Amino acid sequence: MISRRDFIKKATIAAAGVSFSAASIEILTPARVHALKNDKALRWVFLVDTYKCVGCGLCVKACKNENEIPYDANVTRTWVERYVITKDGKLHADSPKGARDGFTDPRIDLGMGRTEDIKTEDIKKAFFVPKLCNQCENPPCVQVCPVGATYQAPDGVVLVDRSWCIGCGYCIMACPYGVRFFHPKHHTAEKCNFCYHRINKDMKPACVQACPFDARKIGNIKDPDDPVAKIITTERVGILKSEYGTKPQVFYIGLDEEVR
Amino acid sequence: MVHGEIWTLKELFVTPNEYIYWSVQIVMYPFMTGLVAGAFVLSSLYHVFGIKELKDMARFALVFSFALLFAAPVPIILHLQYPLRGINVMMTPHFTSAIAAFGIVFSTYGAIVASELWFLYRRHFVEQSKMLKSRQDRTLGESLLYLIFTALTLGAYDISEKALRKDEKAIKALAAIGIPVACFLHGYAGFIFGSVKANALWMTPLMPVIFIMSAVVSGIALCMLTYVVTMEIRKFLACRKHSPAYSPECREEIKSVEVKVIKMTSKYLLFFLIFAISLELLDLIFRGYTATKSWDVLRSVIYGKDFTSIFLLQYGLGNLIPFIIFLMPGLTLRRAVVGVILVMFGVFMMRWNVVIGGQAFSLTFAGYMHYHLPIVPHDWETLKEGLVGAVGVFVMPFVLFYFLTKIFPIFGLKESH
Repeated sequence: MISRRDFIKKATIAAAGVSFSAASIEILTPARVHALKNDKALRWVFLVDTYKCVGCGLCVKACKNENEIPYDANVTRTWVERYVITKDGKLHADSPKGARDGFTDPRIDLGMGRTEDIKTEDIKKAFFVPKLCNQCENPPCVQVCPVGATYQAPDGVVLVDRSWCIGCGYCIMACPYGVRFFHPKHHTAEKCNFCYHRINKDMKPACVQACPFDARKIGNIKDPDDPVAKIITTERVGILKSEYGTKPQVFYIGLDEEVR
Repeated sequence: MVHGEIWTLKELFVTPNEYIYWSVQIVMYPFMTGLVAGAFVLSSLYHVFGIKELKDMARFALVFSFALLFAAPVPIILHLQYPLRGINVMMTPHFTSAIAAFGIVFSTYGAIVASELWFLYRRHFVEQSKMLKSRQDRTLGESLLYLIFTALTLGAYDISEKALRKDEKAIKALAAIGIPVACFLHGYAGFIFGSVKANALWMTPLMPVIFIMSAVVSGIALCMLTYVVTMEIRKFLACRKHSPAYSPECREEIKSVEVKVIKMTSKYLLFFLIFAISLELLDLIFRGYTATKSWDVLRSVIYGKDFTSIFLLQYGLGNLIPFIIFLMPGLTLRRAVVGVILVMFGVFMMRWNVVIGGQAFSLTFAGYMHYHLPIVPHDWETLKEGLVGAVGVFVMPFVLFYFLTKIFPIFGLKESH
């Protein structure tokens, strides 16, 4: 017959032993298992060669169609900016309709229905700069989302959960690059995600595929054999607005100091 | 149409997705929260620091703060694209976000104000409940009131001297905890703006402090205004012959009390106003002196595009003129009313110039956006984020206050505290 004292003693020892060994067992969530199994060293990056861009706007068109952003709505996941610097040192820049229809008009769009004529002989330099989400390493939009509806995937792409976004607009305010907006139909925060549905099926983003001049490229910075990674790591490339500390992952060849 | 497009006009180089996404309701949000915090701080001046002159104002300010409390989250909810999903902030708070703490801070503050009110009015609840219970022929309204008051006693019927003294201690403690929480509630609204590094106008560590100071200013001003209006109604009733409250002597008495309270409160108003203006000017001077990359565009907005609303309306009409009004000797009620209305207008313009002014320039620093407040609504969006929505939010606490005073009477209460 076991005495009460003995029972308590032994039970305590048993409980301590069991809990000690149980503590070493890690509880794995399905998401964690998935992440561990798919650890193939992937970090998506983007490379834009501004020397090659002619401002045709085919990328914008392709993006709008692919990602179902209403065609005539004045918002877009990617756009192209035109920079014209005249000999007097003044900057003239625009992006009418995000350059969806290309830059067919030589006049600079000043907004509110006004335009500006610039004589060809006055131009010092002029170029186009395509813009898209920088999929920052330190994304301020993810930081400020009050409900966690926007998040960074393990491969670096920042995504939005349309079913959970409350539409407060804080992420739109927090993005220094102006890539976010409210989707005209879904009314939730919307942004470029490098065509996540395509890149996960070994396809290229719509804008990359649509560019006739190879100005846009996507790659994996963690793969040393990746041609895009090679360019970014061995050549001179620039990023936008480094002063915000967001560590953007869209790299530019031929970036000018005037680019905003 | 894209959200924000209807009230945004773009000028020069603005990127395609930029609009004024945070519109008039986001101006109303810090304005209303500021009023809540300010009203509470005013009431605490009496309870914690024992400033006897504010005794009359203290109870009044607390009830009003409670009424404002319900109105404070309304502008944010109206501004959301998915108002019904607002609860997600409580369900999955993402704590790196300044907005995520809103639910917690707000409910903590609400709990403090509610408990302070309960201790303050406990005796009244018990007395009313007992009185109504003893009444034989209760009307339906009285029965309803009986139910409300009985529920509000929470079963604590002890109103002996000893118990009431304990209540007083609790009120003092709650008011003391409440001051930092009220400051946090509002300072945190300032943090929501001040921490946005992408916005050159908003990003400053001074923002929370500036918000707290102007909050206290606006809260005191609103309490003064509502106090005068309520007293005037009492005076009007006192001199109406057929009114049950008729008493000509009482009228003079009310007036002398009223002037005394207003004079006293206006001193505190001035005190906080000086702090608020100093901080705002410090911020402005600092920006100009350091003149970082964004200064060119900020200067063109502050001294150019928004000159009227910043220097004429906010600093001139909203700060300087009331400052003179209150400093001139022999303050009369009429002048005080003009002064407090201008002060409140000034604080509103400050919120406006921060929220709308912060979106008046593009991220490119080479373009501008102009905001046009929708006046006549033609769809749901222009209704809730237009003049109608903003006025609705402003009127709401006054309506609530009227109903709250039925349960928490602010005058003619037996003196216990």
